Amino acid sequence: MLEIRNIDVYYGDVQVIWDISFDVKQGEVVALIGANGAGKSTTLKTVSGLLKPKKGEILFNGTSLHTVEAYHRIDLGMAFCPEARRLFVDMTVEENLDMGSLRGDAKQKREQTKKMVFGLFPRLKERRKQLAGTLSGGEQQMVAIGRGLMSLPKLLMFDEPSLGLAPILVREIFDVIRKIQKEGTTVLIVEQNVKQTLAIADRAYVLETGKVVMQGTGTQLLSDPHVKAAYLGL
Amino acid sequence: MTAIQTEVLLQTLISGVLLGGLYALIALGMTIIMGVMKIINLAHGELMMVGMYIAFVLFSWLHIDPYLSVFIAAPFLFLLGIGLQKYLINPVMKVDSILPENQVILTVGIGMVLANLATIIFQSDYRQTPVSYGTKAWYLRDYWKDSPVDISLSMPWTVSFTMALLITAGLWFFLTKTDMGKSIRATAQDLDAALLMGVNVERMRVVTFGLGSALVGAAGCLFIPIYYIYPDIGGQFTLISFVITILGGLGSTVGAIIGGLILGLFESLTATYVGMGWAPVGRFVIFVAALIFIPGGVASLLRSRKFGK
Repeated sequence: MLEIRNIDVYYGDVQVIWDISFDVKQGEVVALIGANGAGKSTTLKTVSGLLKPKKGEILFNGTSLHTVEAYHRIDLGMAFCPEARRLFVDMTVEENLDMGSLRGDAKQKREQTKKMVFGLFPRLKERRKQLAGTLSGGEQQMVAIGRGLMSLPKLLMFDEPSLGLAPILVREIFDVIRKIQKEGTTVLIVEQNVKQTLAIADRAYVLETGKVVMQGTGTQLLSDPHVKAAYLGL
Repeated sequence: MTAIQTEVLLQTLISGVLLGGLYALIALGMTIIMGVMKIINLAHGELMMVGMYIAFVLFSWLHIDPYLSVFIAAPFLFLLGIGLQKYLINPVMKVDSILPENQVILTVGIGMVLANLATIIFQSDYRQTPVSYGTKAWYLRDYWKDSPVDISLSMPWTVSFTMALLITAGLWFFLTKTDMGKSIRATAQDLDAALLMGVNVERMRVVTFGLGSALVGAAGCLFIPIYYIYPDIGGQFTLISFVITILGGLGSTVGAIIGGLILGLFESLTATYVGMGWAPVGRFVIFVAALIFIPGGVASLLRSRKFGK
């Protein structure tokens, strides 16, 4: 579904991604894990179109995204829950959800999808008229995920969904991600919370200083001595 | 307080509110541009001047009432705004320059060009649209014989104010109920997130600049029956809307409305109790006071109540 082929990404003159390749197949949960500054978020930003690769290619369902503007990628079926939520804080929960379904099919089915999102997160239904900025961190993450789902994506990408959340909420969010995948949406997730991410991931790639250093299934990596030592503190 | 003093105070407050409503409309245009583009449009008053001259020309040549000219001037300024943004401001935004905010300087230039074009075409004479109802007014005693105070309501002022209210209500509807309005607000709040939602941010910038210009152009038509016009009139209205935008909170529409009313009331009170010539001084007293005491503007006060910060 998503193929990343040898991309190099720069911030100005500084290269942060070195020749990264990976792929995500239909129906999978794929994780990119690594420490701070490993290039995980940068990779995801490049896939979403906020950054452009200097070299290499990104293919989505066989079409090159090279000339596809960031705001057109949602039309192809890619949705993104950015790092730190990035909600529209002065808009209500419901307006935030509406923003996820501005175009085409998603707009037609807006009310229907909203019902589905409220079913997934009943708390959002109670708070639909509240400004997103007044919600707690966990609720904001729910809005961010809901907003992503509103576009009826084929591929939903998460950047650090567990960031700043209490452990119990982290579990809830991961359960929801699992549920989303079961309903047929492919998931690409970037996380520092390595243990829980690997537990739900079908496959994962380990990034270090802008390069892919290891890959394997979730369970393989969980038992790998290097991963254990570097990321799980075992 | 004697009856006369009460009368003067009430009359002052009324004209303050009427003026404030019009000020709010002018500032709304500036503030939505500010919100989306993060720049102050210093050609704002000159765009209003263009709107005023359109109303003036239509009135003098075709005897079209200035209030009807709103429906001609606003679309014209919408297109003018779109053109300015698309062909002048957007290209400049993409250039890396020594000055970080060089688009602001560009808007100063646009303002100068517009003012000087107006001077060439219309000369620098003061002009007016002498409408038939220009001096008509409603008096409270006509409707309520035994009223303890008599208050008058100037007809053109009231009509201008009412139309400003209607336009403001229309803008509110557009920004909160339509997808395009929501996209504009989303772009103002978080540009990258808006991009990810499929909002064509560049197009929103263009539409917003057009919309802001249309609003101030409409305000120009509403002002001309109660004011006069000359080519350099724009600068003063740029300043007024700048003061209101600071007072209201940069980019906040509610703030602009409240800020406009505060400024209108304050100017009106200064004019009555200190002296006509002091109204602009009052304006800048408010400006400095806002910067010192509520640097985030009225919007920050509203927000701290809502968000509990």
